[in-house]
Amino acid sequence: MATSTAAVRHATSPTRRQPFGDEVAYAVTWFFATLILVLTVWIVYELWVQSSPSIAKFGFRFLTTKMWNPVTDEYGALPFIYGTVITSVVALLISVPIGVGAAIYLSELAPTKVSNALTFLVELLAAVPSVIFGLMAIFTLVPFMRDYIGPVIQAVLGKVPLFSGRVYGVGYLTAALILTIMIFPYIISVSREALMAVPRDQREAALALGATKWESTYQVVVPYARLGIFGAIFLALARAIGETMAVTMVIGNDPSIHASLFAPGYTIAAVLANEFTEATGKVYLSALIELGLVLFGLTMILNAAAQLLIILTTGKGSARG
Amino acid sequence: MSPEMARGSSTKTAYGPETTMNPTTTQGAQATGAASPKIRAANVNFYYGSFQALHEVSMEFQENKVTALIGPSGCGKSTFLRNLNRINETLRDTRLEGEITLDGQNIMDFDITEVRRRVGMVFQRPNPFPKSIFDNIIYGPKINGMLKGTSAAEMVEKSLRRAALWDEAKDKLHESAYALSGGQQQRLCIARALAVNPEVLLLDEPCSALDPIATAKIEDLLVTLKGQCTIVIVTHNMQQAARVADTTGFFLMGRLIEHDKTNVIFKNPARRETEDYITGRFG
Amino acid sequence: MTGRNTYRNAVNNVMLSLSGVCAVLTVSTLFVILSYLVYNGFSSLNLDFFTQLPKPTGQVGGGMANAILGSAQVVLIASIIGLPIGFFAGIYLAEFGGKTFSMLVRYTADLLNGVPSIVIGIFAWGVLVVPMHHFSALAGGMALSLMLIPITARSTEQFLIEIPRSMREGALALGATKWRTIATVIVPAARRGIMTGMILGIARISGETAPLLFTALNNEFWSSGLSSPAATLPVMIFTHAVAPYDDWHRQAWAAGLVLLTMVLVANILARTVISRGASLPK
Repeated sequence: MATSTAAVRHATSPTRRQPFGDEVAYAVTWFFATLILVLTVWIVYELWVQSSPSIAKFGFRFLTTKMWNPVTDEYGALPFIYGTVITSVVALLISVPIGVGAAIYLSELAPTKVSNALTFLVELLAAVPSVIFGLMAIFTLVPFMRDYIGPVIQAVLGKVPLFSGRVYGVGYLTAALILTIMIFPYIISVSREALMAVPRDQREAALALGATKWESTYQVVVPYARLGIFGAIFLALARAIGETMAVTMVIGNDPSIHASLFAPGYTIAAVLANEFTEATGKVYLSALIELGLVLFGLTMILNAAAQLLIILTTGKGSARG
Repeated sequence: MSPEMARGSSTKTAYGPETTMNPTTTQGAQATGAASPKIRAANVNFYYGSFQALHEVSMEFQENKVTALIGPSGCGKSTFLRNLNRINETLRDTRLEGEITLDGQNIMDFDITEVRRRVGMVFQRPNPFPKSIFDNIIYGPKINGMLKGTSAAEMVEKSLRRAALWDEAKDKLHESAYALSGGQQQRLCIARALAVNPEVLLLDEPCSALDPIATAKIEDLLVTLKGQCTIVIVTHNMQQAARVADTTGFFLMGRLIEHDKTNVIFKNPARRETEDYITGRFG
Repeated sequence: MTGRNTYRNAVNNVMLSLSGVCAVLTVSTLFVILSYLVYNGFSSLNLDFFTQLPKPTGQVGGGMANAILGSAQVVLIASIIGLPIGFFAGIYLAEFGGKTFSMLVRYTADLLNGVPSIVIGIFAWGVLVVPMHHFSALAGGMALSLMLIPITARSTEQFLIEIPRSMREGALALGATKWRTIATVIVPAARRGIMTGMILGIARISGETAPLLFTALNNEFWSSGLSSPAATLPVMIFTHAVAPYDDWHRQAWAAGLVLLTMVLVANILARTVISRGASLPK
């Protein structure tokens, strides 16, 4: 019986003599995991390569030119960037207060069962396909905008450039409104989790000092959770700028910049949806693809920022739909 | 009470048959019985990353005896136990130095799955698989290819009887294991571990999540089982060690301070640290 | 002091009620959508709708049978490709991955998940439609699979990680190898959650329109095989809704009702019935 006290003789290492089955399993699963990396890199590569004629022709001017003319083959992304930004920002301006308000209710006030049931319904809202929102928007929101919302707002604020001009029914504001509804679930469910992650003793400390429930929520809990809420906002923004179908159906398809929210416009996603299959000519097509690249870049930055913020607060990232 | 050395005296205790004892040493006792030890650890050092959790632990476990490992939280007793069936290797960044032998053979020289079949383990919280009682027990034999020529039902009944669970489980064999109570689940885990006929059974604080009645049942079980295999049990409950173990090892801060017959440890410990722990001067 | 307290209490009550109003408002949008679809679409849901091809433009009647079949085809292709890739990648992330590589894969999966679906459509067009010189259901299916992969991978990983370490150790301690532990204990234990994730992913892609616009395109007739264009429900809804014919609008509502019902039913089933056993008892 060996009684050697040579200490280091049998140091273990986790990879020592793996059974064959384990090696195979590792290799197979590694392959599929790597496939995800390969596919993503490939997407970026394809977009880049396909948009190179346009990049070569326009360079950085592409991002600052207003002109979009398939006849003269002059393309600029500005109207679409403008439309994308304006619709998304307005959508955020409306949905963040309402969404965070709803999240506050769900996290702080509602009894657990009610909160869970309502959150479930909110998450169902996230499952509604974009084209259904578009369908609703065309036949309900557009006439409503044209006949009620537009006139009412113009009666009060008609002189302001932002609200001037003819109300067609389609346009930036209509798109923003449907976007608002579509991003509610992202704002609400992520903010709710961020709020629920605030430790109980924070609330209790405020209440113990005599604060009302609203004061404790608004002055202590929400600030504590603000990183997560910002994460929710970025996530929603990323979703909004990439949103295609609902926006395409109500944006009005006008590739120019207008000051008024009631005017028709265009977004990157919408022009791609409408013109891609009709595009003839190398430059036209590559300009469209370059738009897609721009959109991809924007969503990538926003999503990365969002994930970072969310991980910092709730401790779990997610690939939510 | 001043510690006395028990030199070569033969003591009949309530906890096991007569054995002759060598003098206790600071690094561990050689409780040499008639046969060579079933498991032997020599100069074991263990590291979690750069933290050294075990320092030069040498210990022997005699066949068909129950050895208890006691000590305060974080003293390394569970860590040491988990090296005996190489389950620590599933953790990242760990390193084992020294030698652990089973029947004289270094366990690192075996196929790892064979070590684990011969040295079974029961965990702190019952961890039955989300399968039926029957499937839980048959799992070990199935993957180890032990079902050839034997009826599965017989195997299940035998294991459940060995774990004193047959009467309570025989009518629910195909129900989910989670239908059992906590104490029953732990006995199921013991039955599951026994189903592969291990030569050694390691138990890591098996009763810490159980009520006193369930605990008593398992303690009775262990005393019966030792005739069939060698048992090592980690416990933070000293009375439990006193009730079931033939020998007891006291760990403190990664070192084995003293290993001796149980009644010596509890009545006449050689080391001051042991005495302090036993008498509750620290926890 | 009392005046201030009354004011503070009033603010408290108002704000808290307002937040409740916000919650109700957002939830009600779901019901508004549902009721509009039922109101406008239900009456058009006759046998014709499910069995007939669309009539030529301007003519009343017909159905969307080809779109229903086309959607099924495209989703099936996407599932066959996307589910296994996502599933095994998820197992890698949960069970095998090294720390930095896993982080990279996770980040990339989340990135892929965030890519706007229209951009996915462009990619699939460039890589499949162009070389093949025609639009096809196959291309549409592959585009959708790109969306299914990250969803499946992350949700599989999430449910596998939830299985406690003690269960893995229990199997290993009985002499099981790692892959056996995963295949016979861990994955079965997590199967409910994993299936839920898959069903939710499939429901999500079946409602997607944008990736199909330049891949499967559309088809007035039955698709003549996987490598020809196919009508799909979401694309039909889109084309019919923006067209100037009232009859097409009617059909769009009906199709919308069918699509939404399928998606919501899948979601409700997955989230309630299947998930109920997804987490282990304590």
